Amino acid sequence: MAVLLHIENLKTYFNTYRGLVKAVDGVSCYVGEKEIIGLVGESGCGKSVSMLSVMQLIPTPPGHIADGRVMFDGQDLLKYEARGEEMSSIRGAKIAMIFQEPMTSLNPVLTIRRQLTEVLELHLGMDSQSARERAIELLTLVGIPDAETRLGDYPHQFSGGMRQRVMIAMALSCNPKIIIADEPTTALDVTTQAQLLELMKEMVERFNTSLIIVTHNLGVVARYAERIYVMYSGRIVESGLSDDIFGNPQHPYTIGLLKCVPRLGETRKKRKLVPIVGLPPNLIDMPQNCAFLPRCAYHSEKCKKEPWPALRSLGNNHYTACYLDIQEKQ
Amino acid sequence: MKAATNDVIVDLRNLKMYFPIYKGLLRRKIGEVKAVDDLSFTIKKNETLGLVGESGCGKTTTGRCILRLYSPTSGNIFFHGKDISGLQERQIRPLRRHMGTIFQDPYGSLNPRQTAGKIAGMPLIIHKLVKKREFNDKVAELFRLVGLDPSMMDRVPHEFSGGQRQRLGIARALACQPSLVVCDEPISALDVSIQAQIINLLEELQEKLGLTYLFIAHDLSMVQHISDRVAVMYLGRIVEIADSTELYDNPLHPYTKALLSAVPIPNPLVERNRMRIVLKGEVPSPVNPPMGCHFHPRCDLATVDCHEGTPPLRDVGSGHEVACFKV
Repeated sequence: MAVLLHIENLKTYFNTYRGLVKAVDGVSCYVGEKEIIGLVGESGCGKSVSMLSVMQLIPTPPGHIADGRVMFDGQDLLKYEARGEEMSSIRGAKIAMIFQEPMTSLNPVLTIRRQLTEVLELHLGMDSQSARERAIELLTLVGIPDAETRLGDYPHQFSGGMRQRVMIAMALSCNPKIIIADEPTTALDVTTQAQLLELMKEMVERFNTSLIIVTHNLGVVARYAERIYVMYSGRIVESGLSDDIFGNPQHPYTIGLLKCVPRLGETRKKRKLVPIVGLPPNLIDMPQNCAFLPRCAYHSEKCKKEPWPALRSLGNNHYTACYLDIQEKQ
Repeated sequence: MKAATNDVIVDLRNLKMYFPIYKGLLRRKIGEVKAVDDLSFTIKKNETLGLVGESGCGKTTTGRCILRLYSPTSGNIFFHGKDISGLQERQIRPLRRHMGTIFQDPYGSLNPRQTAGKIAGMPLIIHKLVKKREFNDKVAELFRLVGLDPSMMDRVPHEFSGGQRQRLGIARALACQPSLVVCDEPISALDVSIQAQIINLLEELQEKLGLTYLFIAHDLSMVQHISDRVAVMYLGRIVEIADSTELYDNPLHPYTKALLSAVPIPNPLVERNRMRIVLKGEVPSPVNPPMGCHFHPRCDLATVDCHEGTPPLRDVGSGHEVACFKV
């Protein structure tokens, strides 16, 4: 499997008047061709910021990409100007993005037609008639009934699930190599969530696209992702094949995440939830040692003295950023 | 009509809540949103009843009717055996101290200009349950109850994290020692690792204080975890109600089955082999709901009967009730 996008040691910092926020602090990950990967973490862990950095959509100032490389098609995307022509030709065309809130990411004063055809005219140089036809085709593809008449509608005339379908259509419109879906189903109901995830899977399989699902819900990625990255306070703390992450988690944070959500059919009489104690850390003035230490159930003396552990291999593409051998501890 | 036995805290009978839609210059009534349409259920003492359904199915409206924040269109609400559905605001106010509410949004539901102590203790002042000099001690006690440090009493809400704010919301709900607490999506705005903290706190408090919960949420796995019984709502009606393990082991209504199959399970081995029922289409508008069984346009089992008649909730044994002709 060829690697399509390779993020190496990405660092994105934000200057705030309280201090420097290291939102993404040395993230490395890759996506292969036709691969679906999951990027999991709680709010504020830097998962969205790292994906926005790839697209160079970080508001500068206050933010800036301090270090790292984003290799795509043999080119380092971070070498390009954020507003330059090279980046524009990639953003939306070769790497597309689906955002969390379809109400705020669609323009409320433009019709769906305008928003869909803009991409087609800009990137593929279509004329307005063929762009319109393609837009109808795309809307039908993502399961919007009566696409021809709905083309003239505004976003508020669509329901939440339908809006997200429009976003998917938009992302697919230029046949991108990679789609980044940032919390694509978070604001939606479970049944709609299931519909959309199935649709996305079907679409990426059909068009040979790679997909990055960014989410806080471990359940969402279990069904679809081949590999998973778990992030905590700006770094990747564990990565590996889906089966290993769920079946044999090695980082205390991943273990905590899995224990604190109820399984379907498990009532409180069967198993009490085990919450992760404490709060996620403040990203300003982070300590030198492991950021998860204050919440860790397994920590040892070594964790307090040593700096934040680097990712170490456990074989079979499974990495963890922890000094401990979890098997021994358990 | 008289309500049933003493240990029933809430008894709903044929509750209907319609919201009128007005249009035009003369504000003529052109239709109704049937948010809650003929709902009957009971909540027993010390029990947690879960209410699940998709957004817009009327679960929040049901909660608000029980709190009498709305005046129902028709039907009866018995609270501790007393019919409160027709009471005036003046008459209902003294009863409200027996009902607590925890709201979904811990950011929007706390006054940003009040101190935390004032927020949590406000119900005590309103209901004149505390003397001025005892106020601080009483609030400190509440803070300790929900796991907040009483020294934080003088802070304002923005100084608290999401989880702490929700604890503050719980403290406020419990201030007057209510018998019933309506929890309206109390955890959906919180981070995954914090959700479990709040759920465990709610469970502990229930054991300690003998509370009764109406737990409203859309996350079926969480509802099932905390509830003794679960009611599934669809477009203003209850389609199935059962013991929470029974509902999982033996779901009968096609909608419940679809809902269960849509809940993601954090286990790839289980997930890959699981059949997922993906529902067709979208939830219809409650302004103009489908005839007969509201679910029939999206249902695989639907026949002419479903189109014509409304299936009543019927008992299929051991308190498991379902509203479907086909099961």
